[in-house]
Amino acid sequence: MLQAAVVLLDRFPALAGVDLDVGGGEVVLLRGPNGAGKTTLLRACAGLVRVVQGTAQVLGVDVAATPRAVRRRVGMLAHDDGLYADLDAGDNVRFWARAAGATDVDADRALARCGIGGRLATVPAARLSTGQRRRTALAALVARRPELWLLDEPHAGLDRAGRDLVDQLVVDAAAAGATVLFASHELDRAEALSTRIVTIAGGVVRDDTGRGVVEEPTGAR
Amino acid sequence: MTTLTTTTTDAPGDVAPTSTGSRATRILGIVILVGSVIGAYLGLVTSDPDVIQRDAVRLFYVHVPVVSLMYIPVTLCTVASIMWLRKRSDGWDALASSSAEVATVFVGLGLVSGALWGEITWGTYWTWDARLTSTALLFLLLVGYLALRRYPAEPAARAKVSAVVGILLVPNALLVHYSVSWWRSLHQDATRGFDTSMDGNQLSTYAVAQGVFVLILVWLSIHAFRNAWLALQAERGDLDIAIAERMADDDATGGI
Amino acid sequence: MLADARLIAGKDLRIELRSKVGLGQMVPFAVLLLVLFGLALDPDRGVLTRATPGLYWIAVLFSGLLAVQRAFAVEAAPGVTEALRLSGIDPAGYFLGKFAAVAVQLVVLQLVLVAGVVVLYGADLHGPLLLVATAVAATVAIAAAGTLYGVLAAGLRVRDTLVPLLLLPALAPVLLGATRASESALDGGVGDGWGWCGLLAAFGVLYVGFGLLFFGTLLEET
Repeated sequence: MLQAAVVLLDRFPALAGVDLDVGGGEVVLLRGPNGAGKTTLLRACAGLVRVVQGTAQVLGVDVAATPRAVRRRVGMLAHDDGLYADLDAGDNVRFWARAAGATDVDADRALARCGIGGRLATVPAARLSTGQRRRTALAALVARRPELWLLDEPHAGLDRAGRDLVDQLVVDAAAAGATVLFASHELDRAEALSTRIVTIAGGVVRDDTGRGVVEEPTGAR
Repeated sequence: MTTLTTTTTDAPGDVAPTSTGSRATRILGIVILVGSVIGAYLGLVTSDPDVIQRDAVRLFYVHVPVVSLMYIPVTLCTVASIMWLRKRSDGWDALASSSAEVATVFVGLGLVSGALWGEITWGTYWTWDARLTSTALLFLLLVGYLALRRYPAEPAARAKVSAVVGILLVPNALLVHYSVSWWRSLHQDATRGFDTSMDGNQLSTYAVAQGVFVLILVWLSIHAFRNAWLALQAERGDLDIAIAERMADDDATGGI
Repeated sequence: MLADARLIAGKDLRIELRSKVGLGQMVPFAVLLLVLFGLALDPDRGVLTRATPGLYWIAVLFSGLLAVQRAFAVEAAPGVTEALRLSGIDPAGYFLGKFAAVAVQLVVLQLVLVAGVVVLYGADLHGPLLLVATAVAATVAIAAAGTLYGVLAAGLRVRDTLVPLLLLPALAPVLLGATRASESALDGGVGDGWGWCGLLAAFGVLYVGFGLLFFGTLLEET
């Protein structure tokens, strides 16, 4: 829940007063033009950027005051993969899983789920294709089982099967009680997926379809 | 595509100061000028050459005050850095950076005057004696700090990183001083110290010089601090303008 | 905290094993330095032998610089620093882990350098106990200060020339102490050697303390 939140990036106000209230279990689509502030909003929810004005509460934690407290419970798929180039996919996911307190078993299961099993898991991340890296990053996210999923353009760089996978993961996460906030330009897919659509431009919320207005997510086509 | 323009309008209710001077510093400045003239006259003309060092002692009137005072801004920088980490206010950040600048000036001056003195008395600009060596390292530590301050654009990140390095200045300086002193004391070479006994009008000249340099330190520190503080405020002012512009932005493409 | 440290150190060392940058680049660099010193200081063995401790420690310092810069270059992969912050890893554990990994690499480097010094400069390793103690203390000191200053500069995208400028003056006492202690050891008469070693140990403890203290603040964006 954000109120009049202002976030700075290098002294530029990326979020210039955002009001947003999202409840648990919702799947919210953030849409808007490039540079509107979607990424920043996601990062603010993760406690990664500081909210300098206004209030921000995520999962019950005051993110403006104690951003670190919320981080383990949040999972983010960012624009960059966040993978160590020299480690193979398996080691990467296992490392990130362990860092978040999950086990190697969780990691391996997540890898399989995301289609990076067997031999593929032993390839160094630098040599994977973009799509494969994305899937690996997804696996790292899945292994953590976060309460809040923050996805920044999750469909980008993935083939059709990959996009279906993302949709399915989102549906499963929401069904398990997690909240999902994602930004996407793939409007057709995204709208079918979400319970709510929020439009952002110029650092503020321009439009919000509110809760429960859109039908239940129909999942991947 | 919008462009971000900063106009030089004052934020409502503020009067932007146009210079770092004030009545106090101007008076101080005049006193310093007068004092410097007197000091220079005394130092160069009327005071006697030292029995041993002859005219080289005149450099002392610069070197000793500078060296005696230089640790003050260094310590101030460390203290300000600690306070910044606690309070996170612009004032402490400005104090830290400005003290470092003043310190660098004084340390540099100390090194140069010391080297000149060495050239005149011993025939070399440099000897590896304890004081000179640790002072040189202190100078490098300060230069590193100043280099750091130039870098990140985001004032908060810059202040934070500088604060850590600033805090380390005093411990580093102490470690350096202690280890270098111990090192040089183990050498049987003449620890060529300064003959610090002075009398007669040398003493009074020295007193004037010391006084003038104390005032210079104060004057420089005040100006540097105000300068740094104003620079920080200017950055913040730009920010408020940027926020206002962004909120008023109706362009569909948004952003930069 | 310790679990996190072990995780990070393990990750760094695994990366090292895979990429072999240490073995392939840093070690040859260290040996190269020794050879260059030999060239610069004239085949006159007398000079080289007397200067051996100093040259050895300078080589360690510069190779250590490389190790530190490499340690943080690894984290520069896109998205990694963010993911690290997001993972909830204890910053103190992160510091210890990085510190440990750098220290291990320094140890390996020194083993090679010792061999190099024995072979190339004909050094006789008297006073091995003091030598080892000095090496351990100096390694801790260099790794701790290096990790602390390394992360400072790593976050700022100006890594390459800023880290040496910040780190080397701070490490001057370490160079002094390590060299003097090594000289004492090699000269046979132990003399002040242990005192210098103590100074190194104090330095190391101090910097580990500073690292633990400040790492959390430094990792945050603000």
